[in-house]
Amino acid sequence: MNFHGVKAIYLFEMARTWRTLLQSVLAPVISTSLYFVVFGAAIGSRITEVDGVSYGAFIVPGLIMLSLLMQSVMNASFGIYFPRFIGTIYEILSAPVSYFEIVLGYVGAAATKSALLGLIILATASLIVPIEIAHPIWMMFFLVLTAVTFSLLGFILGIWADSFERLQIVPMLIITPLTFLGGSFYSIDMLPPVWQTVTLFNPIVYLISGFRWSFYENADVSLGISVTMTLAFLVLCLMIVRSIFRSGYRLRP
Amino acid sequence: MESTDIVSIENVSKTYDTGFKALRNVTLGIRRGEILALLGPNGAGKTTLISIVCGLVNATEGKVTVNGHDIVDDYRAARSLIGLVPQELTTDSFESVMGTVKFSRGLFGKGPDPAHIERVLRDVWLWDRKDDEIRTLSGGMKRRLLIAKALSHEPQILFLDEPTAGVDVELRKDMWSTVRELRDSGVTTILTTHYIDEAEELADRIGVINNGELILVEEKTRLMRMLGRKQLTIELHDPLTELPERLGGFGLELANGGSELVFTYDTQADRTGITALLDELNDANIGFKDLHTTQSSLEEIFVNLVKRPT
Repeated sequence: MNFHGVKAIYLFEMARTWRTLLQSVLAPVISTSLYFVVFGAAIGSRITEVDGVSYGAFIVPGLIMLSLLMQSVMNASFGIYFPRFIGTIYEILSAPVSYFEIVLGYVGAAATKSALLGLIILATASLIVPIEIAHPIWMMFFLVLTAVTFSLLGFILGIWADSFERLQIVPMLIITPLTFLGGSFYSIDMLPPVWQTVTLFNPIVYLISGFRWSFYENADVSLGISVTMTLAFLVLCLMIVRSIFRSGYRLRP
Repeated sequence: MESTDIVSIENVSKTYDTGFKALRNVTLGIRRGEILALLGPNGAGKTTLISIVCGLVNATEGKVTVNGHDIVDDYRAARSLIGLVPQELTTDSFESVMGTVKFSRGLFGKGPDPAHIERVLRDVWLWDRKDDEIRTLSGGMKRRLLIAKALSHEPQILFLDEPTAGVDVELRKDMWSTVRELRDSGVTTILTTHYIDEAEELADRIGVINNGELILVEEKTRLMRMLGRKQLTIELHDPLTELPERLGGFGLELANGGSELVFTYDTQADRTGITALLDELNDANIGFKDLHTTQSSLEEIFVNLVKRPT
């Protein structure tokens, strides 16, 4: 195992966060706070409670998940796409690091950044609405698992993309709509029966449901199904990454 | 392949997905401690060859070992011995000079060694700029920085892909001096170039690649001796309008309006024919006031080689 190599990639990626602190941390925190103002204050004044939880507190796990998913995908995709774009990827590919170590460095850093951001948003939210976390360990489990899984997805995206436009397509056109439609701001019980069934095909429902359960013990689907679906998505991403490296797709002609 | 070879390339071919054949059955041994220059026109396959050795491109066929380590099966050991300076100035603009060199060392599995990093940065005249962001460096400095990055993990083999492309004359000479110092410190250096004078100035051996084929690999001095023509130019007292019949057997050419005779001869032959020619000129009462010899440059040799049908 090339520990120095993994550490070098990890620290390099983390250093980029500190260099772009406004973009990396402050911007997501501000936009999430705006969601609280719009959804929590404006709409929340008309919806008092959902499943026995005040609306402002109810949307906190969904909002954290929204930022977590977006930031995981964007951090990891940019992390690997940018060296490809400017050509510095040659150094990674010519170094004595295995595929696993490359993924560990890039995905580890992206997941760390987005998980930290999730915790910062949680801290910010707790200043606005009262929050109770019924199962802190499960909360951290979902937070880290989601960060890692979607960082892997971002890594795949960063290798697949051949332009900055493509890099933006998946987060903007797929992740954001699925998160909004995945119960970030409502319980799926509030939907008509047909849409409840359709919603179950959205993988993000399981993440948000499990994460919200760790806060309020209220879930749209059972905890077991949430964990299974999230792990299944993680395994799928790992298999795709493995296949990318084995074939050299977009990396080693 | 010889036992002194640090890099062994055997029957390597590369065909890209587009169907383009970049390399055709290349076999080459690179000797420990030498400077090998790979010459060839653009698109000849030079960069593909070093990219395969460095792990950036997968070979379609063939085998490469570095100090006995297969570059696929034992890639960690093989790659840790290699430093690569790419052709393009690829750097992270917002990273510091020191930061990027440390990153390279770590990436190649080496722990921190501030003394070595300082030595490397001083060797490439960048120690004073160690804390500056890379975007503030000039093009020449960035190229030197890439050399520092490649040397940060103390490689035994250094690949320089077009190291002086687009740099000014002064910097070019500085680069040459750096390469010589590296060779003196025991680093095997392989450089690709299409500057003939660079190969002539630096290389111990020269390989010529054209259309994906390695046309030849030879000691530079031997190559120049083998393929170099030497010419004797005789400046005549009185210009000639045509060559006298008795000089017909020498293959002479009249030049400079008939005031010069040019005799091309083989330096390797037992008899060059110079004495016989001078005797013949004397017998024919053709007086001359001066004579001098010229040898073909590596550039002429190279042009002749790549012009040949392969």
